[in-house]
Amino acid sequence: MIQVSHLTKRYGERTAVEDLTFTVESGLVYGFLGPNGAGKSTTMNILTGCLSATEGQVTIDGFDIFDQPARAKARVGYLPEQPPLYTGMTAREYLSFVARAKGVKLAALDGELERAMAVTGVTDVADRLIRNLSKGYRQRVGIAQALLADPSVIILDEPTVGLDPLQIVEIRELIRSLGRERTVILSTHILSEVQAVCDRVLLIHRGRLVASGTPAELESRFSSGVTYRLMVKAGAEEARAALEPVAGVADVLASPDEAGRCALEVSVAGAEEDMDERLSFALSDRHIPVLRLEREQASLEDVFLALTKDAGEQPQPKKRRRKGDRAS
Amino acid sequence: MTAIYERELDSQMNGLTGYVYGALVLLFGGIYVMAYHLEGATDFTYVLYSLTFIFLIAIPLLTMRSIAEERHQKTDQLLYSLPLSMTKIVLGKFLALVTVMVLPLLVLALYPLLVNALATSGAIPLKSAYGALVGFAFLGMALTAIGLFISSLMENVGLAAGACFMVMLILYFLTPLTGYISDSPGASLAAFAVAILLFGAILWRLTRNGGFALVFTAVLEAALGVCFALWRTRFGGLFADVVGNLAVFDRFDSFSYDIFDLRAIVYYIAVAAVFLFFTVQSMERRRWAA
Repeated sequence: MIQVSHLTKRYGERTAVEDLTFTVESGLVYGFLGPNGAGKSTTMNILTGCLSATEGQVTIDGFDIFDQPARAKARVGYLPEQPPLYTGMTAREYLSFVARAKGVKLAALDGELERAMAVTGVTDVADRLIRNLSKGYRQRVGIAQALLADPSVIILDEPTVGLDPLQIVEIRELIRSLGRERTVILSTHILSEVQAVCDRVLLIHRGRLVASGTPAELESRFSSGVTYRLMVKAGAEEARAALEPVAGVADVLASPDEAGRCALEVSVAGAEEDMDERLSFALSDRHIPVLRLEREQASLEDVFLALTKDAGEQPQPKKRRRKGDRAS
Repeated sequence: MTAIYERELDSQMNGLTGYVYGALVLLFGGIYVMAYHLEGATDFTYVLYSLTFIFLIAIPLLTMRSIAEERHQKTDQLLYSLPLSMTKIVLGKFLALVTVMVLPLLVLALYPLLVNALATSGAIPLKSAYGALVGFAFLGMALTAIGLFISSLMENVGLAAGACFMVMLILYFLTPLTGYISDSPGASLAAFAVAILLFGAILWRLTRNGGFALVFTAVLEAALGVCFALWRTRFGGLFADVVGNLAVFDRFDSFSYDIFDLRAIVYYIAVAAVFLFFTVQSMERRRWAA
């Protein structure tokens, strides 16, 4: 478990990370989401002990990264944005070096290497020079390096940047499989990546945590309301009369067509659970056939855009932070 | 630490620089041994004394890559994230470099034996020869630490080599250079003032904190002025004396007079320790402002 409290990092005048507080629970995949320059890499560098903080505290499994760096770092595997590979070595030589530097005993070395290489799928290229490997394989070697010495947390900084689509899918699958056994934190500015692999999202913008939660939570929390799109076989007035009395319906926009059908956009104020059922019952009570009914909600993309738009201080995100994971 | 040591050694062995250095030592060692012996001199310490110039080229070659390359390739990120103290990492690298530096000297150690076995006249006194060789190795060690520190300041391998060469050159000619500064108190004062300015510039470059460097330099210059006002006469020749203590190469001179100078050995160890400490600080500084 990682606890970050009031983390601040300033470079002279510029503040890269400001008052960041969150908790990372064991056994989940966390997505660190934010536009370029939001402070993702800075935060990850601090979490892994590569960078000092101006203020604040980071503990990993209870060990403070600044006061007990060796014990804290032994629990973290880190793949920086640019994999730190010695390209003149073979993958096996490189991994063996990292394992020994991390304190893996000689007797356990071979087993540890085989395990890390098997998990990341680099066994086939183990004896090739890293400089001759494709970018996808280099990334895998980088992840294998992070896995050595069995850390409880794996931190990956933009692990899929610069890979081709097939490699991206493979690396994501690898990350998901890693997430089954240990905590994974990955940073990304790609939304689909978060949706594809993450259990939790930490959205940061300009060095501040603006939202956190599961992807689904964020979607529902930040949608100002839900819109239902319906197609019914009725006139505009008739349909409106049927729907407007339904509790929770804020507005009905009807646009009839020549074929006697009517397209409806029903805005619902709260996110009420069985709204779709109640809408369809209200229509069927009046014998109006429902041809289509779909629920439309703000996607993570909308949340992302809304929160990272140049809106200075946003009142909403502050509330979310209180409700976030800090409590534990 | 052994992992760091082995990797550094491995990268030196895979590169050319270690071999170039070894070849230079053995080639010039051979030339000097032959030349001096033809002239009838049987003292191996002269050979080593003449050979110290090798370090001008060898130290930049050996040390330029050690940290600058890591920084350039961003592999230093890995070093920072390892559960190892920076002291151990720097020490591992340093010991690997010293190993590469010493290996050719072990071969060089065979030269006096070879000469004694083959030469018909004028045997080399082995005791002073090996004493001087030990001193030579310690000189190399101290210079290696300085080279490692310079490499830790740079991100560009070529720049590291160039800067290191310049420093070696200055150290090599330090005593003749200070000879140009007159012994008058005024000249000493001026030389100290310039040295403090240079120090201030380096401080500014390292901390990237202009205000701090400026204040610090100003304080030092003021202190210098006060000292000069109080002890004017003592300033005569003081600069040359102080700089003489920094002349790393000159400490080797006593070995060439057949003296096993323990003080020089201690001096070399101290220089190495100070620059290793600086290297660790320079690496740690990156943690504070990447």
